[in-house]
Amino acid sequence: MRPKTQYALRLCTYLSLALGAFVSLLPLVTVLFASFKTPKEFGFSGALAFPQSWMYLENYSTAWEKAKMMLAFWNTSLILIFTLAGSIITGTMIAYILSRFSFKGRTLLKGAFLMANLIPGVTMQVSTYRIMTSLGLVNSIPGIVMLYTGTDIIAIYIFLQFFESIPHSLDEAAYIDGASYFTIFFRILFPLVKPATVTVLILKGVAVYKEYYLANLYLQSKTRYVTVSTSLYTFTGEYGNQYNYICAGVMITIIPALIAFIFLQRYIYNGIARGAVKE
Amino acid sequence: MDTFQKTKLQSILDRREVQKWMVIITFSLTPLALLITFTYLPFAKMIEFSFFKMKYLGPRDFIGLENYQDVFTRTDTRAAILNSFYYMGAGVIQLSLALYFATVLSFKVRCGNFFKATLFFPFLVCGIAMGFIFRYFYTRGLVLDSVLALVGFDKEILPFWLGERSINNYSIAATSIWRYMGQSMVLFIGAIQSISPEFYEAAEIDGATRMQQFRYIIFPMLKPIITLNIMLMIKGSFSAFEGPYVITNGMNGTATFVVLMHQLAHEAGKVGLASAMAIVLLLIIIIGTILQKFLYNLLFSEKSGGIL
Repeated sequence: MRPKTQYALRLCTYLSLALGAFVSLLPLVTVLFASFKTPKEFGFSGALAFPQSWMYLENYSTAWEKAKMMLAFWNTSLILIFTLAGSIITGTMIAYILSRFSFKGRTLLKGAFLMANLIPGVTMQVSTYRIMTSLGLVNSIPGIVMLYTGTDIIAIYIFLQFFESIPHSLDEAAYIDGASYFTIFFRILFPLVKPATVTVLILKGVAVYKEYYLANLYLQSKTRYVTVSTSLYTFTGEYGNQYNYICAGVMITIIPALIAFIFLQRYIYNGIARGAVKE
Repeated sequence: MDTFQKTKLQSILDRREVQKWMVIITFSLTPLALLITFTYLPFAKMIEFSFFKMKYLGPRDFIGLENYQDVFTRTDTRAAILNSFYYMGAGVIQLSLALYFATVLSFKVRCGNFFKATLFFPFLVCGIAMGFIFRYFYTRGLVLDSVLALVGFDKEILPFWLGERSINNYSIAATSIWRYMGQSMVLFIGAIQSISPEFYEAAEIDGATRMQQFRYIIFPMLKPIITLNIMLMIKGSFSAFEGPYVITNGMNGTATFVVLMHQLAHEAGKVGLASAMAIVLLLIIIIGTILQKFLYNLLFSEKSGGIL
């Protein structure tokens, strides 16, 4: 190819990347601008204008208080910790027996778990809601944790793939040396599935942090069980148009995601790349 | 083998068998209980509900297949099914852009990591935060209007992006591109990186340009994963939910099938009808999955590339 066309092609590439980055960032950056503007300033300055002062934090403190962010972060942390622990424990347990033993009903059991992957959880909430109500799991942190742990089958799928890649001779040798199946699972295999655990932590962590619908449906008491993803719900009512507060609230929910992203970038990419190939 | 050894071996095997079943039972108890409670029980209940005219509380009447008839004859359910096509269109754009950016970023580019990060980050934004971000973005005279004014559009003739029925579904479907393009891109980058570098080296020795490398190496190798994603996207567009739910709450004709289902069940108290809708949707998805497996085997029966 002639150098001139090559140069033009490269220019086009960078232009397209810049345009992509611009479109990606524009909605976020304009929200960032608005979050630093005083109510009066918000009224007259354009949406694309920089705020007069980057030190005006009134919106943030108001949003933090109105949306009960302290409680929201506490609740979200609790939900995250227990859901992640629950997913890893149940996921590795079921993957262990499905990959290690042949027994009557194994195919059926495996099928039952993998079939569940087909059903988008959001379609099931009409009847799940009734079940959650009758079990007394509405407005309860353990309730939502159980729901999150029990419905996303992706963890089981990832662990299953991983366990199958570990040679069976390993557990056989340990068994001959006198280890019980429990010891084999906890001492030998569990430590080996660390990479899969990281993938599950990332995928599930991101999903739970972002999740709004179930949190909103089952944690109805916004005074006690508010989470980061439902905290902004407050702004749908009386603050509906006060975008300077809303934008500050939005930024508060984005900052932890941004920090996690900066530090865990590589793991997040790997997790997404591995987890999205579902079938 | 004498008798003594035989019984000893037998008892070891028995113990092993007993232990095996103990492990199987203890390890599957909790996951299975969760699976049944939150997937199969609701599924069974939903089938039951779909034959009744009922609310969450109070008496109910058996009405046979009337709910199913309603799903196909009500104007709101029909409109909601048609809305899926906006998301399908958005899905096509999303996957095309993802493939383009994934390819570009797989080669050496300056600031590649920065571009990858910015294109991906919207995926990490919370659901309702996204709702507010785009309500702000599309509000009259704010972000989008200002940008369009900068490039020369007349502010007065711009539409109400979320209000006008002729345009609002496009506006919302576009946000799903914003949110999920990066995810698909990262997925494709992963697949491209798993192609052996020898192919590129050989191609470069032969003087292949990047365009040719894409055309003859990357694209053929990625075909299975692209096909898979197209099928997942089609299924996903029928169950599109979060965008319209958090941005407009399904107002002004933006309700998708699942948004409408949620409203009917939780706001209008038509639990039976909503259940019938869910069953119809699940049937669509299950048929889609079977077709997908069939089509997939047809297209890629001889394991191509070994990427999957």
